[in-house]
Amino acid sequence: MPKWGLAMTEGTVVAWHIGEGAEVGVGDDLLDIETTKITNVVESTRAGLLRRQVAAEGATLPVGALLAVIAAPEVSDAEIDAFIADFNANFEAVAAEIDASAPEPETIDAGGAAINVLRMGDAEGPPIVLIHGFGGDLNNWMFNQPMLAERHRVYALDLPGHGRSTKDAGAGDLAALSATFLAALDALGIEAAHLAGHSLGGAVALQAALNRPARAASLTLVASAGLGPDINMDYIEGFVRAGRRKEMKLVLQALFADPELVSRDMVDDLLKYKRLDGVERAITTIAEAVFAGGRQASVLGHRLHELGIPAQVIWGAEDRIIPAAHAKELPATVRAHVLEGAGHMVHMEKAGEVNALIEEIVAG
Amino acid sequence: MQLSREDLLKAYRDMRTIREFEDRVHDEFAKGGIPGFVHLYAGEEASGVGVCMNLDDRDKIASTHRGHGHCIAKGCDPKGMMKEIYGKRDGLCGGKGGSMHIADLSRGMMGANGIVGGGPPLVCGAALTAKTLKTGGVAVAFVGDGGSNQGTTLESFNLARVWDLPVVFVVEDNGYAESTASAWSVGGSQKKRAEAFGMPGTEVDGHDFFAVYDAARQAVEFARSGDGPSLIHVKLDRHYGHFEGDAMTYRADGEVDRLRQERDALQIFRTKVSEAKLLEIDQLDEIDAEVKELIDQAVAEAETAPPPTEADLLTDVYVSY
Amino acid sequence: MSKKSFRQAINEALAQEMRRDPTVIVMGEDNAGGMGAPGEDDAWGGVLGVTKGLMPEFGRERVLDTPISESAFIGAAVGAAATGLRPVAELMFVDFMGVCFDQIFNQAGKFKYMFGGKAVTPLVVRTMFGAGFRAASQHSQCLYPIFTHIPGLKVVIPSSPYEAKGLMIQAIRDDDPVIFLEHKVLYDDEEEVPDEPYTIPFGEANLTREGSDVTIVAFGRMVPFSNQVADKLEKEGISCTVVDPRTTSPLDTDTILECVADTGRLVVVDEASPRCNMATDISALVAQEAFGALKAPIKMVTPPHTPVPFAPQLEDLYIPTPEKIEAAVRAVAGA
Repeated sequence: MPKWGLAMTEGTVVAWHIGEGAEVGVGDDLLDIETTKITNVVESTRAGLLRRQVAAEGATLPVGALLAVIAAPEVSDAEIDAFIADFNANFEAVAAEIDASAPEPETIDAGGAAINVLRMGDAEGPPIVLIHGFGGDLNNWMFNQPMLAERHRVYALDLPGHGRSTKDAGAGDLAALSATFLAALDALGIEAAHLAGHSLGGAVALQAALNRPARAASLTLVASAGLGPDINMDYIEGFVRAGRRKEMKLVLQALFADPELVSRDMVDDLLKYKRLDGVERAITTIAEAVFAGGRQASVLGHRLHELGIPAQVIWGAEDRIIPAAHAKELPATVRAHVLEGAGHMVHMEKAGEVNALIEEIVAG
Repeated sequence: MQLSREDLLKAYRDMRTIREFEDRVHDEFAKGGIPGFVHLYAGEEASGVGVCMNLDDRDKIASTHRGHGHCIAKGCDPKGMMKEIYGKRDGLCGGKGGSMHIADLSRGMMGANGIVGGGPPLVCGAALTAKTLKTGGVAVAFVGDGGSNQGTTLESFNLARVWDLPVVFVVEDNGYAESTASAWSVGGSQKKRAEAFGMPGTEVDGHDFFAVYDAARQAVEFARSGDGPSLIHVKLDRHYGHFEGDAMTYRADGEVDRLRQERDALQIFRTKVSEAKLLEIDQLDEIDAEVKELIDQAVAEAETAPPPTEADLLTDVYVSY
Repeated sequence: MSKKSFRQAINEALAQEMRRDPTVIVMGEDNAGGMGAPGEDDAWGGVLGVTKGLMPEFGRERVLDTPISESAFIGAAVGAAATGLRPVAELMFVDFMGVCFDQIFNQAGKFKYMFGGKAVTPLVVRTMFGAGFRAASQHSQCLYPIFTHIPGLKVVIPSSPYEAKGLMIQAIRDDDPVIFLEHKVLYDDEEEVPDEPYTIPFGEANLTREGSDVTIVAFGRMVPFSNQVADKLEKEGISCTVVDPRTTSPLDTDTILECVADTGRLVVVDEASPRCNMATDISALVAQEAFGALKAPIKMVTPPHTPVPFAPQLEDLYIPTPEKIEAAVRAVAGA
C-alpha cells in the first residue's frame, strides 16, 4: 500500500485492473486505491506475472501492507505462500519502520520568508524540485514525489501564501515568488536542480530559470502558467471566494477530467487552508498580480529557447483552467506532451505518465 | 471653591436644562404625547450636575431608571433625547431605547437602565478599560437608594476594591425606592457600607450643588490618581412620583410642596451665587429664557419628527448577521 | 499542524489573539489561580486548566482573577466590552448563569439594539457545560437554548479541537456578545489543529458526514456520538448526513433544510432538556419549511425532562447515547 501524502495512513482497494496470472510491465495499472482524500491507480514497479492479488477488493489496509505478488513463472506457489506468510508475520515491524522513517517537512528561511519544504530520497546528483500551483501545496505532488524519490533526491515546497509557508506573499507577482523560490534553493544549498512546476508553479520555475539560468538543469512545465494569455478567471475567483464545502467542491471539480476525484477531505483541507489568517489576502494579492484583468500578466514561453536546457511541457487535454492550446505555441526545442483523459491536475490524474516524462528529462 | 464664572454659568444652565426638560416631559406625558414609562429627575439636578462637572471626555457614567438628568449633565443633546423619549427615528437611540434605556456612548453615557442595579457592574468594566488602556479615565455609577440594595451593587463595591478600579459610586437617595421608604429598606448606612468594603464614603446634601461638586471632586481625583473606588451618599428629593402617573399616595400631605419651596436645588444655587456676588440674577434669568426656548424647540421637533419605519425593527440586533 | 486537545486548542486561540490584539483580556474565577495566596502563581490556570500559562505570558493586568462574584465580573466584562476592550470572561459552569444572567441578556445582548446601533459589545463569555462528569444538577446542564432565545447574543458550541480554536478566534474578533460553550467531556479529545490562527465563520453548519438516507443534526458532544453512529450504520447500508450547526445563533437553517430535502428523514440530537430546546426548534423549522420532504416523522433524541441526576447509573440513563441515536436513526429509516 503506497503512502500518498503526509496524512495517509491507510487505503481501500477499489478494483483490480489485472487478474491473477496476467503479465504486467513496469508502469502498468494494477489496481485502484481510495484514500479519504482521493482515488488513484497503483502502477506496477516491477515486470513479471501477477501471481497473487493479496488485497481483496473492498479491503482497507495500512500503508506498507502487501497488495500483490509479482514473480517469474518458475517461482512455485509454495514459495509465494511462504513469502506472503513471512511478509505478514513481520509486517508490524515493517510498518513501524515506515512510520518512523516517514519524511517530515521542515521550515527554512528563504531570504526572510519562512518556506515549508519536504525532502524525499537521498540520491546523489542534481535534485528535482517541485513547485505547486495557485491555491495548492506540496501535497499536490503526492503521486509524484514518492515515486521520483526512489531514484532521485526530490524536494517539494510550499510557495509563499500557501501550505505551511509564510502567508506574506509580498507583491505576489512572478518576480516576488521566483525571488523567494531562488532564495529557498540557496537556503537548501541547491546549485542546480531539475525544476518541475505546475500551473502558477510552472511560471515561477520558468521565471526563476530565466533570472538564473545556471540554477535550472531542466524544466518540466505542467499545465503551466506563463505560456499564454488565457486563464479561467471563474476558477480563480471562485477559489478565492469559496467559503463553504458545496461551493468549494464545485470549484475544484473544474480541476479534474474526472470530477469524482474531488473528495470530502480534499475540499475540507482547502477550506481549512483558506481559513488561516493571511491566506485570503495572500491569494487575492497573487491573483491580482498574476492574473490582472483576467489575463496572465506574464507570457514567457517564447523565451524558453534562451535557456539552452532541456525543457518540456505536459498538459491534460481536458484542462479547463489553462487551455492545452498554450502547449502549441512554443519554440520547437520544447517537447510538448498533451495527455488524454486528464484535466488541469494532470500530474495527479496521469501520475505514472507524468513521472515517466520527468524521469526521462532528468536522465537527459 | 475652584469654579470659574464660566463653570458656574454652565452648572446653572445644565441644572436648569434638566429641570425644564423634566417639567415639560411631565406636562407632555400628562397630555398623552409620550408613550411608555418615564421617571423624572426634577429635584435631583445638583447631584448629576455636581458630579459630572468633574468629568471629561475620558470618563464614563452609568445611570438609573431616572436617567434624563445624568444624560444632560454628561453632555447628551436634549433635542435628541426628547425625540428618543417620544420614540422617534432621529432620537438618540433611533427610538429603540426610550426613556429607560437612553444612552450616548460617544458622550461616555452608558445608558439609563431598566434594571435596578444594572449599572454598577458595567461601570466596573468601563473603569477596567480605563485602567488597562491607561486612558486616565474614571467611571461613575449612579444608583438610587433602591439600587443600593441590589447584589450587583454590593458585588461591584467589592470588585472595584479588589481590582483597585477608578470608580465613584454615587448613591442618589431620594427617600423612596418606588413607593418604599429608604429609611425602611436600607440596612445600615451607605457610608458605613462603603467603609466596610475598604473605600471612603461621604454623605452630602444633594440640594446643594457646591457640596456635591466638592465631594465629587475629591472622589474623582482619588480615582484618577489610582487610589481606587469611593462612594458618595447624596441625599436629595424627587419632585415627581416614581413614574409619571404615580399618585404618590405614600408621601405625606404637603411633602412635595414643602420641599419644592424649601429645598429646591436651583433656588439654593441662585441664592448662593447672587449673595456671594459670583453671578447676577439677570444672567441666570437670561439662561432660564434660553433654556425654555431650547426645550420648546425640542418638544416641537420631537412631536413632528418621523417615527421609525418597519425596516428599523430588524436592524441593530447584531453588528453583522 | 500537530495533535492538540480541545483544551489546548482553546488555550492557543486565547494566547494567539492576546498576542495579536492588546485589547483582548481574560478574566474569571481562578483563571490564573492562587491570587493573593502564598503558593504558586498560575496555580490552576482555570479550574480545568484551559487558561494555564496565559498569566505568566500576559501578566495580571490582562489575565484577571476574580472574586466568586459573577454578577460583578460578568457585568464588568460587558462594560469593558462596551468601552474598548475585548474581554473573554469565564463563567466557570454555565449553571452559574442564574446569578449573572441580567448582565448577559438585559445588558450585553441589548445594547446594540436599545442604543440604536451605536454600541458594539465585543464580549466572549466562555462557559463549561454538559453532563458526564458525575457533577450533578448544578454543574451539568446545557442551557444553550436559553441563550439562543435572546436576540443579540451569538451562541457557539464547538464539537472538536479544530472547531474550538477557529470558532474561539472568530468569537474574539466578533463585535457582538458571544456565548462560547465548552463541553467539559470534550476537553481531552485530540485531533490535528493548525498552529496558525484561523477563523471559522458563524452561521455555517459543518457536515461531518454526508449521506443520503437520514439527516442527523447534533450539537457539541452529540456530534462525535452521531459520527460514530453514522460510521456504524454506513456499513449496514444506512447512509447518514451529520450536521453540526456550530452556532445555534445564528443558526444555519439553509443547510439543515437542504440536508432534510436530500434525505427526507431527520433525527435531532440535543443534550439540552427537551422542552423548548434546539431539537424542538429545528423540528419546528423543518415541519414549517420542509414538511413535504419528510418521508418519516422527525425523531428527537434528548435527555428526559428532569434535572441532571448524580448517581452514575442515573446519569448514564439521562445522557443521550450513541445507542439511543442509533435506535432513532433506525426508526426513521424504517430499518
